[in-house]
Amino acid sequence: MSMTVARPGEVRHNYLNAGDTVLSWLLTTDHKRIAILYLVSVTFFFMVGGLLAALIRLELLTPQGDLMTSENYNRVFTMHGVVMIFLFLIPAIPAVLGNFLVPLMVGARDLAFPRLNLASWYLYMAGGLIATWAMVRGGVDTGWTFYPPYSSSYSTSQVTLTIIGAFIIGFSSIATGINFIVTVHKMRAPGLTWFRLPLFIWAHYATSVIIVLGTPVVAITLLLVVVERVFRLGIFDPALGGDPILFQHLFWFYSHPAVYIMILPAMGVISEVVACFSRKRVFGYHFVAFSSIAIAVIGFLVWGHHMFTTGQSVYAGMAFSLLSFLVAVPSAVKVFNWTATMYKGTIDLRAPMLYVMGFLGLFVIGGLTGLFLASLATDIHLQDTYFVVAHFHYIMVGGTIFGYLAGLHFWWPKMTGRMYPEGIAKLAALIIFAGFNLTFLPQFVLGFLGMPRRYHWYPEEWQMLHVMSSAGAALLGLGYILPMFYLLWSLRNGALAGPNPWGATGLEWKTDSPPITHNFEETPIVTEEPYAYDNHHQHEEVASGTGTGTTETRDSV
Amino acid sequence: MVQEQAPQKLGIQFEDLQQQNESYIVGMWTFLVTEIMFFGAVFATYLVYRVANQEAFWEAHRHLSIPLGFFNTCVLLTSSLTMALTVHYAQRGLRKQQLLWLFVTMALAMTFLVVKGFEYHHKFVEGLVPGPNFRFEPAEYFRVAQLFFSLYFAMTGLHALHVAIGVLVMGVLAILIAIRHPSVQDFIPVELVGLYWHFVDIVWIFLFPLLYLIPR
Repeated sequence: MSMTVARPGEVRHNYLNAGDTVLSWLLTTDHKRIAILYLVSVTFFFMVGGLLAALIRLELLTPQGDLMTSENYNRVFTMHGVVMIFLFLIPAIPAVLGNFLVPLMVGARDLAFPRLNLASWYLYMAGGLIATWAMVRGGVDTGWTFYPPYSSSYSTSQVTLTIIGAFIIGFSSIATGINFIVTVHKMRAPGLTWFRLPLFIWAHYATSVIIVLGTPVVAITLLLVVVERVFRLGIFDPALGGDPILFQHLFWFYSHPAVYIMILPAMGVISEVVACFSRKRVFGYHFVAFSSIAIAVIGFLVWGHHMFTTGQSVYAGMAFSLLSFLVAVPSAVKVFNWTATMYKGTIDLRAPMLYVMGFLGLFVIGGLTGLFLASLATDIHLQDTYFVVAHFHYIMVGGTIFGYLAGLHFWWPKMTGRMYPEGIAKLAALIIFAGFNLTFLPQFVLGFLGMPRRYHWYPEEWQMLHVMSSAGAALLGLGYILPMFYLLWSLRNGALAGPNPWGATGLEWKTDSPPITHNFEETPIVTEEPYAYDNHHQHEEVASGTGTGTTETRDSV
Repeated sequence: MVQEQAPQKLGIQFEDLQQQNESYIVGMWTFLVTEIMFFGAVFATYLVYRVANQEAFWEAHRHLSIPLGFFNTCVLLTSSLTMALTVHYAQRGLRKQQLLWLFVTMALAMTFLVVKGFEYHHKFVEGLVPGPNFRFEPAEYFRVAQLFFSLYFAMTGLHALHVAIGVLVMGVLAILIAIRHPSVQDFIPVELVGLYWHFVDIVWIFLFPLLYLIPR
């Protein structure tokens, strides 16, 4: 297919060539450059977390714990969780794609507080380095949930250091959340009313609300664990007069909504990509927008479903079970609406769209198995088994990482000005889909048969399923490595993208690729609804007057 | 309204001063929401343990000095008034009055910290600091009393930290105003510090009755 090439040979000014010293990157307040800083950092930590996952799957190839001791296995799966959740999944989409796109999509020159934005990256790096230091000094073995009294009174691993790292990273996401909320409220371009906002923005707004309301709670809770550990003050340890269940309440009050911090931005990505590659408006825009808000609100009322098997009262359990079923409704609304968006659309199966399709299938499986766990009786059987592990990996990997990869490919031309190679990208998407399912489908069976999570010895009759899972992990690893290579390759060798290679709507496509330092030559004025793909040919009404002054070849693909 | 009409610096990301000012105000309020959740978790912890241990909490709280707590409450409430006056004069662009009331607010804040320091010292002498040297009579309440004082130090300590940060920020603000720094030519920075300071006061308004005034 033909690519729009913006004036070959001419090097335009953009945010990437605005300065090439290391300091010009480390001291930048440009949201796009900070997004790139985040992209590099989260990719690094993703590789660390992936390496730890590889160790886990290697160990589980055999029923005996022969690769590492039980103590080391505890450390490996704990650090896999800590790194993946705090250092990759939570910041991945908001801090990389969100940072890059929120100002562009609302037609602003930057986020409301650019220096706070840079500070958030430094906090992230500081927390990440402290967590890495803790790993180098022997790691932590409490599970990523840091349950006391084990974490506060018994564990001899680097609990304090790891928690301090997580605490600092928490403030980096709070800074991002505040920035997004203020930017969406106050920095929208003229004419960009709330219901003309892209659904990506709605999703990030809902995410920011959760970040702002939830993160401080887990920050103070983890701090109290450290206080108990260091000063022996009895807050959670029953031997010292505290109540460990209270910790679980406070921890999950954040950490369940944190699941929505991870998945909502991915949902925002899906809304953008599915509309573009179906050439249709998003079906039921208002429902998709408000379902993000509904998820943010109801998501705060379901934390007790992590505690069905603790001493929680049965009535509390029933209420939490009901509410957990309720939170599935807005998620289902989204899935139905995306599917309806594709209905009778002109579907173009580019790599981002393949990830979207993968997301839809995997998220449905992940979501529906969540209902098994939200049912009180089945949860007694499935609690802390591989069924839970498989369930949340279907959401975290099948949902968040698929959304992240869809978004990264979709906006790669915008971020770098270059196209990624389509063929190998499609291949990678298929490998990741196959590898992912081979890894985690057997784990549902394992969990249902009774294999507990966090164990590395298991009966021999389960070895076949574990070998399948490990083989799938190898395939998945290959699928992850491919994009790292071809995306880097495309930086020099990819075809020039031009301002709008997908013929997509949205303000970010109205400026250059890569965008100029302050995004738009002049502030765009918005006069139409989002996703106006139906009247695509006459949608020049968005009087942006930007970038290349582009009315040139915007061929629909 | 603004008499000393100085040109306000506009950030590159903003369209006009109104957008910039509103953004800062909304940002501050959002930050205060995170602070409410931050303190909220500790308050929730306190409430859970107090409901479970009414008697022991009552016994333990008698070791807190209500006169000193009341005095500090008056000091902080007064500082809220003086901070409101600072903001009032900042909005009118009157530098001298602004500086005067800012200094009074700082003095009150430091008074609060000094009194709090005496209280902490007193607890230390009485052996009421949780840890190996903790002593409490009657012995049946020993464990819960230690929990009460853990929470007491955690909550008032966290609050005192916020007061101390407030003093620092006010100090920086006073210096900037004194040297007529361009970033404080308008009243928004003072307004932001004012919002923060009122929040710190409100936290104390909840802390004082919860810790010092437990009914039988």
